[in-house]
Amino acid sequence: MNSHGETIIEVNDLVRRFGDRAVLNDISFNVHRGEILVIMGGSGCGKSTLLRHMIGSMKPTSGSVKIFGEEITAMKEREVERVRLRLGMLFQSGALLASLTVGENVALPLMQHTKKSPDEIERIVRQRLEMVGLTGFEDLKPDEISGGMKKRVGLARALALDPELLFSDEPTSGLDPIMTAVVDQLTLKLTQGSHMTAVVVSHDMTSAFRIATRMIMLGHGSIVAQGTPDEIRNSSNPEVQQFIHGEPDGPIPLNLSQEEHKDHSHVKPRPFFRARGRFHRKTG
Amino acid sequence: MKNYLQLNLSLLYWILIAPFTGQFFKIAPIFRQMVFIGVRAAPMVALTAFSVGVTLAMQAAHSLESLGAQMYIPDLVMITLLREMGPVLIAVIVIGRSGSAVAAELGTMKVSEEIEALEVMAINPVQYLVVPRFLAMLVMLPALTIFGNYIGILGGWAVCRFALDFNTAGYIMRALESADTWDLYSGMIKSAVFAWIIITIACNAGLNVEGGAEGVGQATTASVVQALLAMLVMNAVLTGIFFFAA
Repeated sequence: MNSHGETIIEVNDLVRRFGDRAVLNDISFNVHRGEILVIMGGSGCGKSTLLRHMIGSMKPTSGSVKIFGEEITAMKEREVERVRLRLGMLFQSGALLASLTVGENVALPLMQHTKKSPDEIERIVRQRLEMVGLTGFEDLKPDEISGGMKKRVGLARALALDPELLFSDEPTSGLDPIMTAVVDQLTLKLTQGSHMTAVVVSHDMTSAFRIATRMIMLGHGSIVAQGTPDEIRNSSNPEVQQFIHGEPDGPIPLNLSQEEHKDHSHVKPRPFFRARGRFHRKTG
Repeated sequence: MKNYLQLNLSLLYWILIAPFTGQFFKIAPIFRQMVFIGVRAAPMVALTAFSVGVTLAMQAAHSLESLGAQMYIPDLVMITLLREMGPVLIAVIVIGRSGSAVAAELGTMKVSEEIEALEVMAINPVQYLVVPRFLAMLVMLPALTIFGNYIGILGGWAVCRFALDFNTAGYIMRALESADTWDLYSGMIKSAVFAWIIITIACNAGLNVEGGAEGVGQATTASVVQALLAMLVMNAVLTGIFFFAA
């Protein structure tokens, strides 16, 4: 484990409930400078919720999240903004502003937060777009480019201010294998020399094992396993093995309908169409 | 309601306090919004105001004829337009056109994570999105109202000149004599208050959308209905204060 760098993220006993359902349950981990932490887990296991706690847009039910050594859960909006200037985030959908062009989207953080001249901003924008393989796309609108391209523009925008900490929500889903490798290489290059630290949420096992210095697997809101890629690969935990090999049969339940029935047992199941039973509406 | 009050407070902060701490609002986005909210609405406002001017003149002609007081038609057109019809009807047009568009635009941005992306980039959505729209509306609604008043008076003139025995000079003289500047100012104050109501309700509805495309639709409808009701109630209150209580 890389322990010589300073601790960038420190999550301790993080719990988040929606109603009486615990989405995050006793999550604890550290991320050190220069590391790439990959968070894996099935859909709906709380990955995005965890990410939102780390950027301070959600408050935990209990527990603590420290970013750059500062407790982000206790901060006022102003202080959170100050921390956010030091981090970049790539959203799952890219989350580009539809009213701005690709170039303007990447330039937005620079124009809002720096006093750089328009020429300099243009130079940085071009350089960031080149990094993600999108030279010459500056003047297109987000709805004129593909989903994978949007995601890469989102990455270029996240990197605009040279962040110390990058959060990526599924950076490679929707990308072809070559672009996936390009994005992975970019992430690796940026973290070299311990300049940047990255937290990547990913379903893509090839990419995850290629970039991770450490991995966490979430399931039902708790950490199922964590360790280096080798430790995860050789894990004896059947859930981990099922997930990284993508097998349909195994200990991970495919659907939660039985559990949900338990949770909502006080709610009476209601027929879709009361008078004539379920499917007789059109024919009856 | 809590969200709405918070939005207003935050708006006041960004307009009144933030400029003195070195965060002056950018001018270019305000002008872009002014073109959208104001300039592009001008044809619709003109058509509405002209129709209202013509209607007022015809109604006045009908009623005043039996009293033999047709010479007061310009008075009636002028005062009704300046005090009531101008501000109210043009606000209705702007609610339907710009209020709904703002609610839908911000709502779509909310559901496609754009607002969250702004927040993560440490860009305040109120500062970046609401302030330019608010200032544009605050300038353009009164401006549209003045424009609409002129067109309405033109509509009244058209009826008097071509259907009745008025000459142009007579119409202008009567119209100017009947109204004083307070009639104009009261309409302008109303207009500015309506601008505040319309844009804050629209932005609030948009920023608090939940639940995808359906949520955007519901928020847009709700913002139009709420803005119309709030505007009409506020109009009654202001009329009471300006012309009844004093």
